[in-house]
Amino acid sequence: MEGLGFAPKIVAFCCQYCAYNAADLAGSMRLQYSPYVRIIRLLCTGKIDSLYILKAFEEGADAVFVAG
Amino acid sequence: MSSKGNAGNGDVGVSRKVGAVMVVGGGIGAMQASLDLANAGFKVYLVERTPSIGGRMAQLDKTFPTNDCSMCTISPKLVECGKHLNIDLITYSEVQSIEGTAGNFTAKVLCKAKSVDYSKCTGCGLCQEKCPTKVDSEFEAGIGKRKAIYVPYPQAVPNKPVIDREHCMKFTKNKCGVCQKKCPTGAINYEDQDKIIELKVGAIILAPGYDPVDPKLRPEYGFGRYKNVVTSLQYERLLSASGPTQGHIQRPSDQKAPHKIAWIQCVGSRDAQCGNEYCSSVCCMYATKEAIMTAEHEKGVACSIFFNDIRAFGKGFERYYIGAEKDSGVKYIRGIVSTVREMQRTKNLLARYVSDDGEIKEEEFQLVILSVGLRPSKGSKELAELAGIKLDSHGYALTSTFRPNETTRAGVFALGAFLAPMDIPETVMTASSAAAAAAELVSEERGSLVAQKEYPSERDIMGQKPRVGVFVCRCGTNIARVVDVQKVVEYAKTLPHVEFATESLFTCSTDSQKTISKAIEEHNLNRVIVAACTPATHEPLFQDTLKEAGLNKFLFEMANIRNQCSWVHEDPVMATEKSKDLVRMAVARALKLEPIKQLQSPVTAKALVIGGGLSGMTAALSLARQGFESYLVERSPKLGGYLNRLQYTLEGDNTQEWLKKLVGEVEKEKRIKVFTDAEVTEFSGHVGNFHAAVKTANKTEKVDAGAVIVATGAQEYQPTEYLYGKSPNVLTQLELEEKIAKEPEALRNANTVVMIQCVGSRDDEHMYCSRVCCGQAVKNALRLKELNPAAKIFVLHRDIRTYASKELAYKKAREKGVLFLRYNPEHKPEVAQTNGKLSVRAQDVSIGAIIDIKPDIVVLSAGIKPHETNPTLGSLLKVPLDRDGFYLEAHLKLRPLDFSSEGIFLCGLAHSPKYIEESVAQARGAASRAASLLSKDFLTVGGVISVVNPEKCVACLTCVRVCPYGVPAFKDEEGAVYIEPASCQGCGICAGACPNKAIEVQHYKDRQVVAKCKVLCEVSKT
Repeated sequence: MEGLGFAPKIVAFCCQYCAYNAADLAGSMRLQYSPYVRIIRLLCTGKIDSLYILKAFEEGADAVFVAG
Repeated sequence: MSSKGNAGNGDVGVSRKVGAVMVVGGGIGAMQASLDLANAGFKVYLVERTPSIGGRMAQLDKTFPTNDCSMCTISPKLVECGKHLNIDLITYSEVQSIEGTAGNFTAKVLCKAKSVDYSKCTGCGLCQEKCPTKVDSEFEAGIGKRKAIYVPYPQAVPNKPVIDREHCMKFTKNKCGVCQKKCPTGAINYEDQDKIIELKVGAIILAPGYDPVDPKLRPEYGFGRYKNVVTSLQYERLLSASGPTQGHIQRPSDQKAPHKIAWIQCVGSRDAQCGNEYCSSVCCMYATKEAIMTAEHEKGVACSIFFNDIRAFGKGFERYYIGAEKDSGVKYIRGIVSTVREMQRTKNLLARYVSDDGEIKEEEFQLVILSVGLRPSKGSKELAELAGIKLDSHGYALTSTFRPNETTRAGVFALGAFLAPMDIPETVMTASSAAAAAAELVSEERGSLVAQKEYPSERDIMGQKPRVGVFVCRCGTNIARVVDVQKVVEYAKTLPHVEFATESLFTCSTDSQKTISKAIEEHNLNRVIVAACTPATHEPLFQDTLKEAGLNKFLFEMANIRNQCSWVHEDPVMATEKSKDLVRMAVARALKLEPIKQLQSPVTAKALVIGGGLSGMTAALSLARQGFESYLVERSPKLGGYLNRLQYTLEGDNTQEWLKKLVGEVEKEKRIKVFTDAEVTEFSGHVGNFHAAVKTANKTEKVDAGAVIVATGAQEYQPTEYLYGKSPNVLTQLELEEKIAKEPEALRNANTVVMIQCVGSRDDEHMYCSRVCCGQAVKNALRLKELNPAAKIFVLHRDIRTYASKELAYKKAREKGVLFLRYNPEHKPEVAQTNGKLSVRAQDVSIGAIIDIKPDIVVLSAGIKPHETNPTLGSLLKVPLDRDGFYLEAHLKLRPLDFSSEGIFLCGLAHSPKYIEESVAQARGAASRAASLLSKDFLTVGGVISVVNPEKCVACLTCVRVCPYGVPAFKDEEGAVYIEPASCQGCGICAGACPNKAIEVQHYKDRQVVAKCKVLCEVSKT
């Protein structure tokens, strides 16, 4: 990825019932968005733990996005 | 499948019934009925006319009154129907004939040539993309295009195309053939022929659904002539994020965002001219929803709804309607639009209408939406003819009040909008009810035709080092066009513990499953990763392959490199890098996965039915006919509940006769144990295994049940207003009804009668409509007119909400001279009494005058209020109440009969106010929901659920407070919280909230989630 300028690492924690499906639908509809997002599927955003968010930052994520 | 629930008639030599059911139609109703039956041990053939299931609901953007996304809620059901082992989806097919009798039918079904071999097709979509022929899309209601080879919509089930031979150039001109050339699996077959198959079934359920009324029947609104006049269904597609404008509201003439929009109600409803005299029941609410969604989409859009009466009669509708006006700024204009004209230059529209005060007005709008009514779907008349059932004068299936799903032919049932215009929850309830009716008929053949899959025993992987296999899918060109699949495979091979990696054209094909199985065996794999599409649709398939290969299904992980990568990124380098990242993350998680043992929890094949009114008795009887025993607990000394006070229906049934018959049947039924003067005082356990104590006058009995049905009814509101209780001549509608039935002579001299609507409904304390009072007033007014044709009857109302065919009775009452005068809630009628004589003063809004009436009697349409026991019983069962105090179901749209706590169901007035036929349908529906549970010997529990480590639990009870299902319970003996595996829904909220990390969700343990974060920023080296 060198030479491509700033390539942020963005983690998205998505609820499997809504946001994850929405991301799938975005695919079905071929809606283009930034390729820097990595989605991690959760059972429910209720399962999000501050630990996950902190861990992601600790490991070098530039941004964390929780959707559900 | 067990022998449970086989009613067994014991007749030897009588030809056996068939344990299969044909469901005709593929909408939400047909799907629900199919799922209920298939889950209760019956084989289901679902015959759908179009290429996919989903029906009208799939076309809708959002649903009222929760504004849930329609597709998001229907999608899991689509998938469940699609993969159910005992539901055969027979799409693109039509029934041709039905022979035989109840229990033993033979149906001939024409399967139209799809021109695509589904055993080869993988649904990659390349054919659709390359097809050069564009056709108006039925799914987009004519405002979007599809191809000649097409899947109706992206989430359709089956997700495989058909060729529309009327438009395909190969068939019309013998040209093209592109799809065949491009298909990577050779699935296109132009020589495919129509064929006729024969189905042997015991019962038939008809669910052909509805079509919108043709708006051209009202030419004065200019549909088809003016571009900016659209139907409400077209507008749903305009609002939908997956629609032709991707959810941007654009008017057709110039694709600009309209700032002023009008809805015109009752287009093709309540209209004798176009042949539909009935009310379509759903339009007021969908228009309200569309207006709310519009206001949400774009601030500052002015939405006006022109209406006759706002019919917000369903659960939660009144609050929704009030919210639309107050919070979303929707303007409701009472008035009929006479004409719509287009303005030449701007293409804006001029609506002319008579306002509430009688003035003729004109107003300009940029977009006009016609709230088109519902009519039985095209082809339902022919379907009825070949099924040999009668229709009513408007083309709906003819049924009766107490048997709302049963058609005129035994063994043939109907549901949903084929019965009457109705919304989604009503459809789902009647669907479960139709399923119960079918199951009652063929219950002795339960389990006789269903398949069950056998798997080899699971390999023990304890102590083994992880050996990971990675399968990267090209998905035809869907993935491979953007992602360098070969590079991803090579990269995967460099990852720790990856023993095997390969690519395939379609990982989901049958061949590929064999490849995966073989690789598991040859390389002794104990973790499998598929990098392909989405787990939402494909995870179950691959997990099944693991099970077939003797691996625990939880040792599987997917990397979504199609929907969330190749389809959304154009840059091949970036997309390939992202795919590598996703595979690396999947491998990291896979290393942490553990096999999960699922347990079998036995089911007690009995039900506890609480409430012995119409609903409770109907539910218990239906269960008995399906072969299940129940305990029926009634609080009062006598069965019958609210029905004890009803004398006759609007349709003319004698309710007391029916009640007597019903009580007789219940008392005779060996499978029902009745407790009267009884209460449930203790309750514990979980789905499949509940324990309760039933207290009667002299003893307390312990009962065990697998399922519970709450049918505790409701109560009549006791008015404190309008001199009720202070004058003997002020009655409630129920009291009047009793009087009409028992002492009609006393009413022959009632020359002037005033009825007042919305007493204890639609006010600050009761923010809901009691639904039945308008029909009740019309019913009693008509009876009074029969007793004394000269009687003057005034009905003082706010809106008359006689929905569906009840509208015809309202019309009849007006024809008979009953006067309907509308009052404003700010100026309620005043009732006074001087020297024993009553007088009523009311302000009639439409003529703007004050009217003084000297009635002989005043009748109050007292609403229905929640039963006083709801709070106590609700907390005993741990089930919630809604804001008005009625019981609250798991989901207002798609789970109207289930509580969120598994194994507990609800029906009748306990759910919300409703008519008799609706209570019967709900009760039978609740019996169906319970039966699909009770028919199982065991429930598979475990899997993705929360588990408490008692060593770490400090009993702070945080989990008890946060669990939306009320599952965690403090166990004294352990000093810790326990989560019952059978009840846990696996949302993981408790695990997230537990401050001491004492709770873990299996398969989503912290280390399994964090593993993905950990490898996120490693740079891939290739």
